[in-house]
Amino acid sequence: MYAFELTRPTSLADAIKALGEEDAQPLSGGQTLIPTLKQRLAMPSTLVSLSGIEELKGIKNEGGTLSIGAATTHAAVARDGSYPALSDLAGHIGDPHVRNRGTIGGSIANNDPSACYPAAALGSGATIVTNNREIGADDFFTGLFETALDEGEIVTAVKFPIPEKAAYVKFEQPASRFALVGVFVAKTADGVRVAVTGASEGGVFRWSEAEKALDGNFSPDAVDGLTLPADDMIGDLHGSPEYRAHLVGVITKRAVAKAG
Amino acid sequence: MTNVTMTINGRSVSGTVEGRTLLSSFIREQAGLTGTHVGCDTAQCGACTLHVNGESVKSCNMFALEADGAEVTTIEGMANDDGSLSTIQQAFQDHHGLQCGFCTPGMVMTAAALLKENPTPTEEEVRGYLSGNLCRCTGYHNIVKAIMAASGQDVSRIAAE
Ligand code: FES
Ligand code: FES
Repeated sequence: MYAFELTRPTSLADAIKALGEEDAQPLSGGQTLIPTLKQRLAMPSTLVSLSGIEELKGIKNEGGTLSIGAATTHAAVARDGSYPALSDLAGHIGDPHVRNRGTIGGSIANNDPSACYPAAALGSGATIVTNNREIGADDFFTGLFETALDEGEIVTAVKFPIPEKAAYVKFEQPASRFALVGVFVAKTADGVRVAVTGASEGGVFRWSEAEKALDGNFSPDAVDGLTLPADDMIGDLHGSPEYRAHLVGVITKRAVAKAG
Repeated sequence: MTNVTMTINGRSVSGTVEGRTLLSSFIREQAGLTGTHVGCDTAQCGACTLHVNGESVKSCNMFALEADGAEVTTIEGMANDDGSLSTIQQAFQDHHGLQCGFCTPGMVMTAAALLKENPTPTEEEVRGYLSGNLCRCTGYHNIVKAIMAASGQDVSRIAAE
């Protein structure tokens, strides 16, 4: 690692001020950032730790909307249980030690193309709250490791409207425990949403064809015969683009079955 | 350089660290507690697992400054007050849950976190909870067995009998 200063503000206002410094970067759970720093792929002057800011932690259920502070750990979301599909997803990220450090805000802001949380946010139609605005999940995830966040802007909370039914299924890459393909399906008052992670070169995306089919008939059979082009799919030593495109269909069916 | 103070196994330990100093380095090099092993230094193997405020973490994937003011427990804090082995440690010995022993501190700390959360886990739950801890020697069977035994369950039919 290159050398940097590490500061631990206790209020959001102080954190935002510290992030205004040149080359300052936020540090949440660090489960991705620390390995990145060790490989010298990042060279911040200052890391602004968000772990000491109480106002960024905790889970509130406000009239059917679950509001989760950005610095809330995966383990805390897994224990909560008021949105079962989300808690199930959080409880299967990484391993127990990673879940005790990694946070929802960090995962969403990093937008790894194989991460689980972006699928939950996009699949649930969540709202991402930052220090100066609210962004709908449809507009937040803009590409591979890219989001709508501006320089110096951080995620402060994620608000999930709790759907009628939902489930997440991931086909796990057993060494990394990231999704080779992961699908989050939700049956909401405004229709079905299907979000796919792990598959596309462009990061998490909605599979609109499947959504339309499931709108009329929320059962695994509705997905039969639907296919996705392999063009934009990720190809690596774990699976070809064609394999991933095929898996999306299979995992979507399993997710619908799991949602019941 | 910044001052950092934490309570390790009930003893207050202070030191001066850089922003990039890892908790695992602080524990081994400044607190002198070398029971916490560093196997991979890339957050894969879990040998460096310890508890911060009661929760298991990989200490090679956390900065020392992030533990400022925290209660830390390492493998050196696991034995009973009279120095005899704790139930989990004794079970690892009784069931041959280690060979070279390199992964063992992390395994014991992980087992302790699991049994606190889930006092009578199934074999599948034990294996799932160990997903972040690698062992190159045992093939895991006897580790699983030791943890099940430490939870007070009958292990006569489990794994490598
Ligand atoms: S040394 Fe920390 S996980 Fe391997
Ligand atoms: S006993 Fe040798 S690595 Fe586990």
